Amino acid sequence: MKHLIKTAFLIGALMLSACTNADRFNDSDAAGLNGANSNNINQSALDGANNPSSPQFFSQTIGNRVLFMVDASTLTSSGRNTLDGQAGWLSTNSDYLAVIEGHADEQGTREYNLALGARRANAVREYLISKGLASGRIRTVSYGKERPLAVCSEESCYAQNRRAVTIISIGQSS
Amino acid sequence: MMNKFTILFAAIILAFATINSASAQEPLRLTLRDGVIEALPFALPTFQAEVVGSEDMALDISKVIIEDLNGTGLFRQISSSAFISRPASFGSVISFPDWRAINAQALVTGAVAVSGNQVTVKFRLYDVFSGAEMGEGLQFAGTADGWRRMAHKVSDVVYSRITGEAGYFDSRVVYVAETGPKNDRAKRLAIMDYDGVNVQYLTDSSAIVLAPRFSPSGDRILYTSYESGFPRINILDVATVSHQQMPTASGEMAFSPRFSRDGWQVVYSLANGGNTDIYRTDLVTGQNMRLTNTPAIETAPSFSPNGSQIVFESDRSGTQQLYIMSSNGVETQRISFGNGRYGTPVWSPRGDLIAFTKQNAGRFHIGVMRTDGTEERLLTSSFLDEGPTWSPNGRVIMFARETQGSDGTTGLYSVDITGRNLREVITPQGGSDPSWGPLQR
Repeated sequence: MKHLIKTAFLIGALMLSACTNADRFNDSDAAGLNGANSNNINQSALDGANNPSSPQFFSQTIGNRVLFMVDASTLTSSGRNTLDGQAGWLSTNSDYLAVIEGHADEQGTREYNLALGARRANAVREYLISKGLASGRIRTVSYGKERPLAVCSEESCYAQNRRAVTIISIGQSS
Repeated sequence: MMNKFTILFAAIILAFATINSASAQEPLRLTLRDGVIEALPFALPTFQAEVVGSEDMALDISKVIIEDLNGTGLFRQISSSAFISRPASFGSVISFPDWRAINAQALVTGAVAVSGNQVTVKFRLYDVFSGAEMGEGLQFAGTADGWRRMAHKVSDVVYSRITGEAGYFDSRVVYVAETGPKNDRAKRLAIMDYDGVNVQYLTDSSAIVLAPRFSPSGDRILYTSYESGFPRINILDVATVSHQQMPTASGEMAFSPRFSRDGWQVVYSLANGGNTDIYRTDLVTGQNMRLTNTPAIETAPSFSPNGSQIVFESDRSGTQQLYIMSSNGVETQRISFGNGRYGTPVWSPRGDLIAFTKQNAGRFHIGVMRTDGTEERLLTSSFLDEGPTWSPNGRVIMFARETQGSDGTTGLYSVDITGRNLREVITPQGGSDPSWGPLQR
């Protein structure tokens, strides 16, 4: 049995390392694996979205993006709710750093949209700092209109593209 | 990379006196004003092959000159099927009545000789109705890989002698070549001849690159790159295709750079704490100067030709508008007051006009206005036009047009400053952010 558990750990570690951003291996993962036997290696225990400390939980369950109105960088109330969740997660998982990506829809000139994306990313950064996160953990970058998520030329797509996305990774704060 | 051949500007070697036939005609002159609508008809019999084996080159060079001149919208080629006679040889006497009869106002004759890797092009320009040669015959010689440049140089001289203004054909454009769908666009810096030929890539697509800007002498290119993960300004040396990051004042993101006319000052935007302002850096001393200091977005700066002023966009009034300030950041005046939003201003090389992108009522336009904001004139209209750049003579504007929808693509277009002669510049892939370089030597 001891041998089997060891095998399960190894497989689990391999699966984790194959997962983007899943570079953590903590107690709750191990707990799931301990219950596995040789006939039933329980992969769901590693499913990040169910693991509150996983990057998947951050990006999918809490939500890694907030949306903005046209030509605006003011946070909406639903955006603030999402960011409250992000701030809580980042406080708990203090070895993570964040880069906030600001984006714009295609209705604007390239340079202006870069600057607008910077405003949006900064609005998110300031909000997270106001919730107690260390400023050195959060950087910003703007992509302007260079990286749309949705490609149609209609408001339904534009609304998804006017966004700020919080990208997390483990590292040293600046 | 610069073309490796040298053009021998062997002027005047063909000079011989041409007697003006004492006609009462005014000398041929096409004055470029808004009123010029009728294209000037010209005849260009295929240049003669002076040595055996030069026939293909003679035909190719003739075609490029005709395309250059027709492409201006100011000249119109007369089909060779209408010709009554042709010069027996390059030096033979011109039978002007034969050209007057088909209403050719200008006649270009020429000859091409290919010898090994060397190409020589000779030409003469005639004012048909005066029965006189315009200027002296010229010869260009160089290596075969530069044959298109030699053709463009002939076009530049013809254009210049007839209009009295410099041409723009022997010039290059740096732009961003775009491939792939909108949500996964690959962008590479590319350089091409003004007519979209001879494309060479200057970067790979591993990092987003934006808005390249030629130095006034064409030796260097400024552009914005994400290769560090954050937008920074790079300087690329055209001859060696090597680049390095430009030192800037400290900021989270640096973008939207442009050279001064002397090539040693750069104005650009820095974003810090979400706020974008304009800075200037002296490339010689490394000295940085902050030029704007407001909570608004200030970006897209462009020097006046004499370097004393900078036009830029700001949303300090609530929407994007154009402003002019001194190159030290004082004496700021708003110049755009029309409906809609104005961005990406570019000072014309002649100093008299500002080209811009205008956004109004869901459409984008390329336009020009005088430097005091008067006489605004919109030249184009589409779903998304942006990023104007001036031809070296200030007569033509190139810009990028993006089409609507999920399959939207972006391409380069040119239009003259009267709003006529809108043309697509055909490139191998999509293109955006063109920057037109100087006439080459």
